[in-house]
Amino acid sequence: MEVGIIAKPRTFKYGGIHPPENKITANKPIIDLKTPEKIVVHLSQHTGLPAKPVVNKGDYVKTGQIIGEADGFISANIHSPVSGKIQKIDLEPDYSGYKKLAITIETQGDEWLDDIDNTNNIIEECNLSPQEIIEKIKKAGIVGLGGAMFPSHVKLSIPPGKSIDTLIINGVECEPYLTADHRLMLEKGKEIIIGIRILKKALNVKNVFIGIELNKIECINYLASLLDLNNEIKIIPLKVKYPQGGEKQLIQAITGREVPPGGLPADVGVVVFNVATTFAIYEAVQKNKPLIERIITVTGKCLENPINIRARIGTPINKLLEAAGAKVQNIRKLIVGGPMMGRAIDNFEAPVLKGTSGILVFGEDDALRNPHKSCIRCARCVQSCPMHLEPYLLMTLAERKLFEKLKNNNVTDCIECGSCSYICPSSRPLLDYIRYGKINVINLIRSKKL
Amino acid sequence: MNEKLIVSQSPHIYDNTNVQKLMLNVIIALIPAYVFSIVFFGIGALIVTLISITTCVITEYLIQKFLLKREPSINDLSAVLTGILLAMNLPSNLPWWIIVLGAIFSIGVAKMAFGGLGQNIFNPALAGRVFLLLSFPQQMTKFPVPLGLNTPYRDAITGPTPLSIIKEGLRKGEKLTDILNNIIDYKQLLIGKMGGSLGEVAALALIIGLIYLLYKRVITWHIPITIITTIIIFSGILNLINPERYLDPIHHVLTGGILLGAIYMATDYVTSPMYTSGMIIYGIGIGILTIVIRTFGAYPEGISFAILIMNSFVPLINRYFKPKRFGEVKNNG
Repeated sequence: MEVGIIAKPRTFKYGGIHPPENKITANKPIIDLKTPEKIVVHLSQHTGLPAKPVVNKGDYVKTGQIIGEADGFISANIHSPVSGKIQKIDLEPDYSGYKKLAITIETQGDEWLDDIDNTNNIIEECNLSPQEIIEKIKKAGIVGLGGAMFPSHVKLSIPPGKSIDTLIINGVECEPYLTADHRLMLEKGKEIIIGIRILKKALNVKNVFIGIELNKIECINYLASLLDLNNEIKIIPLKVKYPQGGEKQLIQAITGREVPPGGLPADVGVVVFNVATTFAIYEAVQKNKPLIERIITVTGKCLENPINIRARIGTPINKLLEAAGAKVQNIRKLIVGGPMMGRAIDNFEAPVLKGTSGILVFGEDDALRNPHKSCIRCARCVQSCPMHLEPYLLMTLAERKLFEKLKNNNVTDCIECGSCSYICPSSRPLLDYIRYGKINVINLIRSKKL
Repeated sequence: MNEKLIVSQSPHIYDNTNVQKLMLNVIIALIPAYVFSIVFFGIGALIVTLISITTCVITEYLIQKFLLKREPSINDLSAVLTGILLAMNLPSNLPWWIIVLGAIFSIGVAKMAFGGLGQNIFNPALAGRVFLLLSFPQQMTKFPVPLGLNTPYRDAITGPTPLSIIKEGLRKGEKLTDILNNIIDYKQLLIGKMGGSLGEVAALALIIGLIYLLYKRVITWHIPITIITTIIIFSGILNLINPERYLDPIHHVLTGGILLGAIYMATDYVTSPMYTSGMIIYGIGIGILTIVIRTFGAYPEGISFAILIMNSFVPLINRYFKPKRFGEVKNNG
């Protein structure tokens, strides 16, 4: 380890839990999934308005060609992940269970757009201006790959009046089971570092930190070995604790700053990008490659062959499960994302979105929750809450529909990390009720009734 | 589509603790103190405990089954723990029917009448003890002399506790140093070979239990350490003012029920505050009240009352001692 790059391990200040890590795919190199015969690309894969389709049924598209155009500033372009014929543009279910507008493409070969560099050659030099960089990122339809799917060009366009002095790269991957970012840092470390330099230039910031938990010491060592000693980028090792990858927690752990309630990282002079997003930005800026594929961890103890896999956006989940040797009849729970914040779905056909970092399956043993009992007021939920809330109280208030009190007890601060429900010895559905309370309070505030 | 797929909200994994395991850990933490009490007080300690546990569990079962018409939840071990803690607060020669009354009061009145586990305001075991102390002062203040394993149950020779000797002596106007010379030395205090209720005497064993509870993360340090520190500081100040009138901190902590109270009774989840700053206020309150009652009150012992009084403040403490809102005060370090 080189002195000056690696600092003392840090962590966030309040709460947190230590679920079993279960990173069973940590040593599995990334493999490529065979392009499926049919792909369903949703036009809403980002915060903001859905993209508008710019192709018609029957058209032939090349891999990387734009098929959906961003509708307004907070929206993102959508590109064809494969080459082939547009079969239909219609409503298709995504994993929320709702039908949303999507483009179905029948794959024919794999013919890429000419200006995309689809080789593994590393291009280090970047002579673009910050404005040009942001424009390229916008054009490539890059969104936050950690799961939030917030358009990256919006994050990079700092509103007037705010000044940014710190860029944080999120390599925490605190969700148990998931290892997509872990593998990416090991296998694409050089590209990620170039991506970070591009972001640094686009934001014109002084401080750049990469936050990585100590359970990925090999990533820390490898990235450190790629950096020179001039302190341009600092790697901050973090103690293993969930939810360290939460934006507010990571900022607190690394800088000590607390994002104010309802505020954005920019309010404390920080912008955070996930390592996978940083890699996508490298590909967009240096290789003209739009966001059409991503690394996904397909995992679970009931799988024969859990894997880290590179798949095109729009690939149906069952193709990924097939590659991991899943026996569908053994699956009792299908989760998109990690076990703490992921979403349980019932549709094996649902296509992968830009924000899908993992597919996790549980068999019979892990699928059910224990029956819930009375609260014994052990205060473990209070001790575990990284947002300094009182989950037991929020749950009671939500049960009784006391929305004004919920608001006064800061229910809207909840980041839905699930630490309270995880830790409760009485297996109480804390987060279930808090979500209900939170959404009601938000709606009442929006309609100015609270 | 798979017919059997389960769709539920996140999180999808859960810690493997449950109420039963937490209660079991507290029971395990009480084992060292329990061994000492059998060694000192003999078979009586065992008999009192068995009567207390059995009555507590049966009372809870009957009330849940026939009065509340609910599925009985005695296997969460909370009634067993209440039974053990009540017994630890009793003299080891107490007649069986008094124990039964105390146990029925603990579970029936202090716990179930408020709605059962999680709803009660007062620590059930302490409520039971204080109920007995007020109803049967004679029997509740005659403690067997620790004569070892062979100490009989009902016919044990009784004697005063160190605290009651001190209280009595001070009342007669004797000098504290003279009184202390006549009672046992520190080493014996630490092992606990002295008169007292069956679980309170063995200081060292109780501290081992505390270390176990902290290690297993069943409780946090805030309540027990705050109580003990407050007691040491407060009684230390009094002792400095007049060493002939006010007992020194070490005797305070090692005699009577302070360790049992601070470690096992005050930390009861249900009846203690939810947030750390509240826990500290609660601990300071218990510490000060204990010394005030011991020093200026009629009873030689004070922590039971102190804990029950602070129990009643817990809802108020929870209301005013809350976690600071994340990001509220801008901290741009």
